[in-house]
Amino acid sequence: MRGVVGAGMLTLLQKELLRFWKVSFQTIAAPVLTALLYLLIFSHVLESRVSVFNGQVRYTDFLVPGLVMMSVLQNAFANASSSLIQSKITGNLVFVLLPPLSPLDMYAAYVLGAMVRGLVVGLGVFIVTLVLLPGPFHMAHPIVAIAFAVLGSAILGTLGVIAGIWADKFDELAAFQNFLIMPLTFLSGVFYSIHTLPPFWQALSHFNPFFYMIDGFRYGFFGLSDIDPGISLGLVAIAAIVLAAVALSMLARGYKLRH
Amino acid sequence: MPAAAPPVPAVEIAGLSKRFGEVQALCDVDLRVAPGEFFGLLGPNGAGKTTLISILAGLTRADRGTASILGHDVVSDYREARRALGVVPQELVFDPFFTVRETLSIQSGYFGLRHNDAWIDELLFHLDLTQKADANMRALSGGMKRRVLVGQALVHKPPVIVLDEPTAGVDVELRQSLWAFIRKLNRDGHTIILTTHYLEEAEALCNRIAMMKAGRIVALDTTRHLLSRFSGLTVRVSSERLPEGWTARERRREGNVHYLALESYAELEGLLAALRSEGIAIDEMTLADTDLEQVFLRIMAGTETTDEASRMLEVPES
Repeated sequence: MRGVVGAGMLTLLQKELLRFWKVSFQTIAAPVLTALLYLLIFSHVLESRVSVFNGQVRYTDFLVPGLVMMSVLQNAFANASSSLIQSKITGNLVFVLLPPLSPLDMYAAYVLGAMVRGLVVGLGVFIVTLVLLPGPFHMAHPIVAIAFAVLGSAILGTLGVIAGIWADKFDELAAFQNFLIMPLTFLSGVFYSIHTLPPFWQALSHFNPFFYMIDGFRYGFFGLSDIDPGISLGLVAIAAIVLAAVALSMLARGYKLRH
Repeated sequence: MPAAAPPVPAVEIAGLSKRFGEVQALCDVDLRVAPGEFFGLLGPNGAGKTTLISILAGLTRADRGTASILGHDVVSDYREARRALGVVPQELVFDPFFTVRETLSIQSGYFGLRHNDAWIDELLFHLDLTQKADANMRALSGGMKRRVLVGQALVHKPPVIVLDEPTAGVDVELRQSLWAFIRKLNRDGHTIILTTHYLEEAEALCNRIAMMKAGRIVALDTTRHLLSRFSGLTVRVSSERLPEGWTARERRREGNVHYLALESYAELEGLLAALRSEGIAIDEMTLADTDLEQVFLRIMAGTETTDEASRMLEVPES
């Protein structure tokens, strides 16, 4: 009984999509609501106090792409990492390890599943803000925004795969999420332009890979950015390739999966 | 006319070793299972059975040696090896997000079989799960979850099926129907490798058995030969003492109850005559033929591990 080559990967992807779709209140609606709360509170408090891009962009408008991208990144990470750690801890990962799925099949399915969840949540945040915020909306470079959203979700999906494989318990995954992903996201310029920071923190922000994803994504919205979007795109693409190589190597070696 | 080439073994293992830290889980194991066999893999906990199965399934990587399924190496040709193998894992694991039908359909898809509904319906019927097809996995009893695990292992119709303690937690009636189904698969040409703690199951089902201890195979023979090699009787005599000359045959004693090992019914005559001549009153006496459990216990109790397959059956005939 022979199967269709590549169909195994598609089934694993389908399973990953079904998994988060079946609990969509938790995986889609809740993060959209969280992002909206950030938007309402921060825009209300800071709209009249913070100037970004020399006053060319309202703070609330500035906040929207930051929150959209933050939602994309956090949910892409959460999807891949929680799926893997749950399967590892409950033991049902064996159903994925027994079939003839290659490391690339597994990588592609988990990362694509994570990307879809991240992009769906990001789109949800974007649509709701369009409805809620007054005034016309014009996106300067939509293709650039999409490119950064896709690459950003792929990077965080890959980080989710790495963390899900590495962590042996939920506590370790929470540490990865709370002590690495969360600070890097919050300190990447979601809520501010790095030009408003003191020189030391401004320089330090350049070592944060998440900064380039958010800054490039924001360029797609306004045509304005803290640094050249071409440089950001290059660095983000390099990060995506390096992390994909790490994740594929872990899967190929069976690191913490095949003993 | 040239001689026909020997069939490719269903499972072939050569020099397989695996260590987990200080524990030598497998030590230089050789094994060959022919296509169509119903093969039993027995041994106490920690003997290395699950490690051996895990290496065949690609869940564990051997330190040394090779393993292949129908000629496909489990490492270098893992896609074909895994396609040829169905494994029922020992742990009762399930994905709580899905129904029974979704679980089987997804598992089928992993093997590239995305339109496998007819076989999935047949599996559901044979495993008595048709009524539960749309129930979430969480809602099933332990026995039902176990049957879904069997279904998942069979969903791609593998020619070689490994069942690692498949009937643990399954009630008697369902166990019978499960074995009837597995027997049918074996008759249809599937090779079955079974590990079980129910030795009467292994005795009834398997035509060849390997017994493992401390990471080595210590006995490997047909079930019939194993039983005949250890043929004999166990006599349970309830009396104050045994006749002179018969105490050496005593294997165990519980108060006035003596357990004696006899080689044949002819010896029983001698025992009865000795009891009569010494005037020893018998309160009770029972006889039992050797079964696989006794063979197993004798091998496990008496065998030092050996390296060569040829010496596997050099066990004390106590």
